[in-house]
Amino acid sequence: MFRYAMRRLLVSIPTLLAISFIIFALLDLAPSDPTANLPLTIPPEVREKIRASLGMNEPFIIRYLLWLQQFLVNEPLNMIEQWTGWTIGDSENRLRVISWATRSPVVDLIVERMPQTLWVVGMSYVVAVLIAVPIGVISAYRQYSWFDQIGTFVSMLGFSIPTFFTGLLFIVIFSVWLGWLPSIYDTTLVVDSWDSFMAQVRQMIMPTMVLALANASQISRFMRASMLDNLNQDYVRTARAKGMKERTVVLLHVLRNSLIPVVTVIALGVPTIFGGAIITEQIFRVNGIGALLIVGIESADIPLVQTLTFIFAILIVLFNLIADLLYGILDPRIRYD
Amino acid sequence: MTDATAGAAPVAQSRHRSLWGDVWRQFRAHRGAMAGVAVFGFIVIAVFLGPLIHTVDPQYLDLRARNAPPSWAHPFGTDNVGRDIAAQVMAGGQTSLAVGIAAMAISIALGAFIGVLAGYFKLLDGALMRLTDLFLALPILPLLLVIILLFRDTLRSAFGPEGGIFLLIVVVIGITSWMQTARIVRGEVLALKEREFVLAAKSIGTRERRIITRHLLPNVLSPILVSATIGIANAIITESSLSFLGLGFPPDFPTWGRLLYDGKDFLTLTPGRVIWPGLAISLTVLSVNFIGDGLRDALDPRIRGR
Repeated sequence: MFRYAMRRLLVSIPTLLAISFIIFALLDLAPSDPTANLPLTIPPEVREKIRASLGMNEPFIIRYLLWLQQFLVNEPLNMIEQWTGWTIGDSENRLRVISWATRSPVVDLIVERMPQTLWVVGMSYVVAVLIAVPIGVISAYRQYSWFDQIGTFVSMLGFSIPTFFTGLLFIVIFSVWLGWLPSIYDTTLVVDSWDSFMAQVRQMIMPTMVLALANASQISRFMRASMLDNLNQDYVRTARAKGMKERTVVLLHVLRNSLIPVVTVIALGVPTIFGGAIITEQIFRVNGIGALLIVGIESADIPLVQTLTFIFAILIVLFNLIADLLYGILDPRIRYD
Repeated sequence: MTDATAGAAPVAQSRHRSLWGDVWRQFRAHRGAMAGVAVFGFIVIAVFLGPLIHTVDPQYLDLRARNAPPSWAHPFGTDNVGRDIAAQVMAGGQTSLAVGIAAMAISIALGAFIGVLAGYFKLLDGALMRLTDLFLALPILPLLLVIILLFRDTLRSAFGPEGGIFLLIVVVIGITSWMQTARIVRGEVLALKEREFVLAAKSIGTRERRIITRHLLPNVLSPILVSATIGIANAIITESSLSFLGLGFPPDFPTWGRLLYDGKDFLTLTPGRVIWPGLAISLTVLSVNFIGDGLRDALDPRIRGR
């Protein structure tokens, strides 16, 4: 198992390097000018100096390697310094990935935006799993019952209706017509009392539910299929024959075995919901990393966009790895070595 | 076969049964799929033939009838500059459906091509599958946004404002969504090429190109058809997501996603601007998904016999 994990980890390094190269090359070879948004009164020679200070006159491969070094060596070193208070090497002059638009380090911007995204997206995923698992279990246990039929239809709705439409529908119904929930997520809200806590909960309900519904519909399908696979197995009959209560059979024996593939599906879904959150954050004006990406794209802030996109890619590779390893750990029948 | 059974056979098989006849019968038994066909057919007809009945120009500005509620002249009402929403939804639908089908065609062609190459030629297998894994690890939505932002202006000047953006979005969605098809096709081809009929074809000296086009491709048609339906649904959703983020089609050449994006700031005033295009996207995707479900059942010989 350990050897398999190490091998997978080593294989993912060239994959990530290739992805980082694709992302960098795509953004770099595209026609865009970091000084295009500056005032027209700046004379051309000053403009040229600004370009030089941004490192735009170096050859492509040098810029790529510099960016890689900044992202993979300098930024982690900085983080370690911040957490521990140590000083490693020449930390004053260490180059960081700087945003063109705000002139501040990209990683600081991302760290600033991370909590909002994690709260909304993370909470929605937890809610999705909490909704999906019971629905999947009941639909499988009572296959072809009215509950199962409705569940199938609703989950089909869930992954057919795009989140930007459910989000807007929720706003129309709950904010405009009923006036129960705020339509804009207020990040400046400080939770220090019961009232502000309730306000936080109320503003989180809609973005969380929109994402949760979309994810729950997929997870519940997997849960149902996995339960159906297990319910007809011999060990279930054995358990029943031994006189166990139906509850114990289903919830202890079948559910635990059925959760194995579902857990890997849940792990695989984590990076995609970060991508999907881009849209939800846009609808409810949550200023998380998805909103940061959109701002970066609109202001042609190449370093910011490169870094964010690469972080998304790292998440995908990482959770693929986690899903594979989890499968091996949870299911003793699977041996990688 | 003995004479007795040969005499009975014509009675039992009074009608000739073909493979596609069987598929069609199984497909018709799937209620969801038939409903999907009906709804999808209705949407296609409404979008392409509707403008012949409701002959209002979608770009005509009727400034005296701004934000009008639904009426006989404007069944879905009008927007903030007096354009007819029904005409816009129909015009937008033409583009959205065209994008969905064209992007699906690219992704299916690419996926089938790469899948067959990887499955049939052992030399290419490793490299092509690494490429597929690499594409699967790319963060698609952020990359699509970036590509569109960066190349929009270049293509717009090369192919005109409408053709350029259409080409860009279709190609970009196509080349970022072929991976699942390629994997499925590769798996099928790997199993098929060991079968006797391929061996027989080889033994009589059939060229490899002909084995692929004549013997392999028809046999992988059913998984390709199923992923084609999923491909349409995904392409429509991706395109409308891009347009919804303001990075897809321009406002004078709207799609359903763009109409939603433009209408979302007028939610309280004219909710129809959001509800109609949103409903159109959802119904299209839902019906296509149901069709895919029915096709999967109908094309699966293990289920079909029952």
